[in-house]
Amino acid sequence: MSLIQEARARDGMLAGDAVRQPAVWSVTEQPWAWAVAALLLIMPLIANGFFLIEIFGTTLILGTIALSLMFLAGYGGMVSLMQLTVAGFAGYMVAVFGVSGNANISLGWPWWLATPMALVLAVLFGALGGALAVRTEGIYTIMITLAIGAAFYYFTNQNWAIFNGHTGINTVATPHILGIDWRMDIAFYYLILAVAALCYCAVLYLSRAPFGLALQGVRDNPRRMAALGFNVNAHRIAAYAFAALIAGLGGVLQVWNYRQISPGSVAVERCIDILIVAVVGGITRPVGPYIGAFIFVMLRTFALDFLVKVGLDGNRFRLLIGLGFLAIVFWSSDGVIGLYERWRKRGQLAEPRKPSGGHGHG
Amino acid sequence: MSRLIERHPIWSLVILLAIAILAWLILAVWPPGLEEAIGRKKVFLNAVFNGITLGGLYFLVASGFTLIFGLMRNVNLAHGSLYLFGGYIGYGISTATGSWILAFLAAFVLVAIVGVLLQVLVFRRMEGQDLRQTMVTIGLSIVFADLMLWAFGGDFYQVQTPAWLIGPIQLPLMTAMKSSGEAVFLQYPLGRLVIFCGSVVIGVAMWLALNRTRVGMIVRAGVDDRDILAATGVQIQLVFVLVFALGAGLAGIAGVVGGTFQSISPGEDTRFLLASLVVVIVGGMGSIPGAALGALIIGLAEQLGSVYIPTYAIVVTFLIMVLVLALRPQGLLARR
Repeated sequence: MSLIQEARARDGMLAGDAVRQPAVWSVTEQPWAWAVAALLLIMPLIANGFFLIEIFGTTLILGTIALSLMFLAGYGGMVSLMQLTVAGFAGYMVAVFGVSGNANISLGWPWWLATPMALVLAVLFGALGGALAVRTEGIYTIMITLAIGAAFYYFTNQNWAIFNGHTGINTVATPHILGIDWRMDIAFYYLILAVAALCYCAVLYLSRAPFGLALQGVRDNPRRMAALGFNVNAHRIAAYAFAALIAGLGGVLQVWNYRQISPGSVAVERCIDILIVAVVGGITRPVGPYIGAFIFVMLRTFALDFLVKVGLDGNRFRLLIGLGFLAIVFWSSDGVIGLYERWRKRGQLAEPRKPSGGHGHG
Repeated sequence: MSRLIERHPIWSLVILLAIAILAWLILAVWPPGLEEAIGRKKVFLNAVFNGITLGGLYFLVASGFTLIFGLMRNVNLAHGSLYLFGGYIGYGISTATGSWILAFLAAFVLVAIVGVLLQVLVFRRMEGQDLRQTMVTIGLSIVFADLMLWAFGGDFYQVQTPAWLIGPIQLPLMTAMKSSGEAVFLQYPLGRLVIFCGSVVIGVAMWLALNRTRVGMIVRAGVDDRDILAATGVQIQLVFVLVFALGAGLAGIAGVVGGTFQSISPGEDTRFLLASLVVVIVGGMGSIPGAALGALIIGLAEQLGSVYIPTYAIVVTFLIMVLVLALRPQGLLARR
C-alpha cells in the first residue's frame, strides 16, 4: 500500500473517482502562494547573509533533494531512502572531476564540464539503484535503498583513491561566470532559487504529463497498468532516473554551498533526515518537501537556543525532531500540508468532520 | 536438500565446490605458493573464525527482527535501538554486580518489556500499515538514540568478560608446519567461541520450539494465515505480544554479546539495524534458517573482505545482497 493511498483512505477520499483528480496543489491555486514567491524573490533585500544562505538557501537545497523523494513516493509509491546518497554522489563527482584542494584526486575540469558529468553519473547511479529497488515493493524498497545508502557511506569512508576517506574533499571550487563569483551570497541565493523553482515546476509539469499519469497509474494498480501494455518496471526506473536528476542538482548546489564534501554528509542519519523532511512537510504534493525543509532547518538552527532558554540541554535537538516527526506520523500521514488542508476544509464546509479517525483500522 | 539438487543441479554443484574449497583451506597445510599469494594461513583462519562468530552475533540480532516481521508483518526499524539498549543494560548490570550471566538475564527481560510496550502501544494501533509502521519506528529509533545518548553519553563501553572466559584456547587446526615437522596450532579467544556456541544453541532451540511444540505451531500458523488462526480461537494478540517480547529480548541479548565482542557506543544501533536488514534480505524475510544462513554469509564476507580487500569490504557485502536480489529476490531460504 502506498503512502498516498493511506493518506487518502484516512481522508475518506477513496469514495469514488470523482474526487481522485491528481492531487496537485499548485502555486496558482493559492492566492498567498504568489506572496511567498514574491517574498522569495526579494529576499536579499530583507534578509542578511546568514538568513539568506543558512536558512533560506539551505531550506531550498534540502527541499529540492526531498522533492526527489516526494516525486518517487507521492507519484510512484516508492519510498526511497537513497535520494541523499544520489545527491552526495553528484556532489562527490563535482569535487572529483572539478577543481578542489585535493589536487591528487580532482581532475581539474572546468565547471561546465564537471557539473554535467556529475549529473549524468548521478542519473546513472540513481537508475541503477532504482533498477535494483523496483524488483521489490513497499517496505522492501525502503530496506534496499537504505542498504544502498549505507553501503555508499561506508564505501566513501574506506576508499581513499576516489573519495579521500573520512576526511573527504575540501575547498571545492565554485564557478565564476560573467565575472560573477556564483558563490557570493546573493548570486548563490538566486542560483539556488532558480534551480529549486525549475525542479518544482518540472515535477508539477510531469505530474500532469502522460509519463506522470502513467506513473500514478502504476502506483495505484500495477497489474492493471501492465495489462494495459505499460512496462511497469521501465516506468518505475525512469522515475528513479528523473528523481536522481533532481537530487543530483540539489547535491551539486550542496557541495558548492559548503565547498567541501565528506562521508558525514552522506551518513545514514542524513538519508533519514530527508525522509523526515519530506514526510513532515507532506509527501503527496511537491510543495510539501520545501515546507518540511523550512521547519527542519529552523528547528536545527534555533532549537539549541530555544532548548537552552526553556532550561533543557541544547543538545537534545534530535530528540525534538524525533518527537515532532512521531507526532506528525501519528496524527497526519500527509504532513503539515495535510493538517492545513483538513483545517481549511473544515472551515469551508463549516461542519464538524470526523477528526482524521481510524488510526487502528485494519 | 535432494530437491534442491534436483531443481538446481548447477547451483548445488557450485555450492558444494565452494564448501569443499573452504574445507580444504581450513584443514590442509598450505603449500608455500599459496602462502606467498594470499598471506599466512593463520590470518585466514582467524578471519574465518571471526566471520563465523560475528555471524553468530548477527544471527542473534537478525533472528528477532525476522521473527517479528514473519509473524506480524511488523516492520520494526527500531530494532537496532533495542540492541543498543540491551548493550547498555548489560554494561550497567555487569559493572554493578560483576556477574556476566546476570547481565544477559537483565538485558533479555528489560528489553523484552520494552518490546511488549512497543507492540501494545504502537504496533497494535497500526496493524497492516507497513509504511506507517516504518515511519513511526524510524521516529522512535531517533528518539531512543537521543535518549540513550543523553543517559550514557558518547563514550565507548565494553562489557567485562568473566575471568573463566579470558584467554586463548588451542584448536586442533594447523596453521603452519615448522621446519622441524612440528605442527603449530591455531590459538583462538575462548570467549568468542563460547558465545558463538551459545547463539547456535539459541538458534537450534528456536527452530525446535517453532517446529516441534504447540506454541511454535500456533506461531507458524499465524505466519501463514493470521485470520484463520484467530478464527480458531487462538488469542492472537497474546501470541503477538509473546513473539515481540522474544524478538526484542534476543536483540537485548545480542547487545550484551556485542558489548563483550566489540564495544557499545552511539551509532551501533544503525550499524546493527543495517546488518540485520542485509542479513534478512539475503536469507529471506521471516525465515529463521534464512537468518542463520544470511548471518553466516555476511559475517564471513565482512571479515574475509576486511582482511583481503579492506577498501572494498563493504562493497562485497553489498554485492552479495545485489546478487541475491537479482537471482532470488525473496531471499535464499524464503518459502515464497
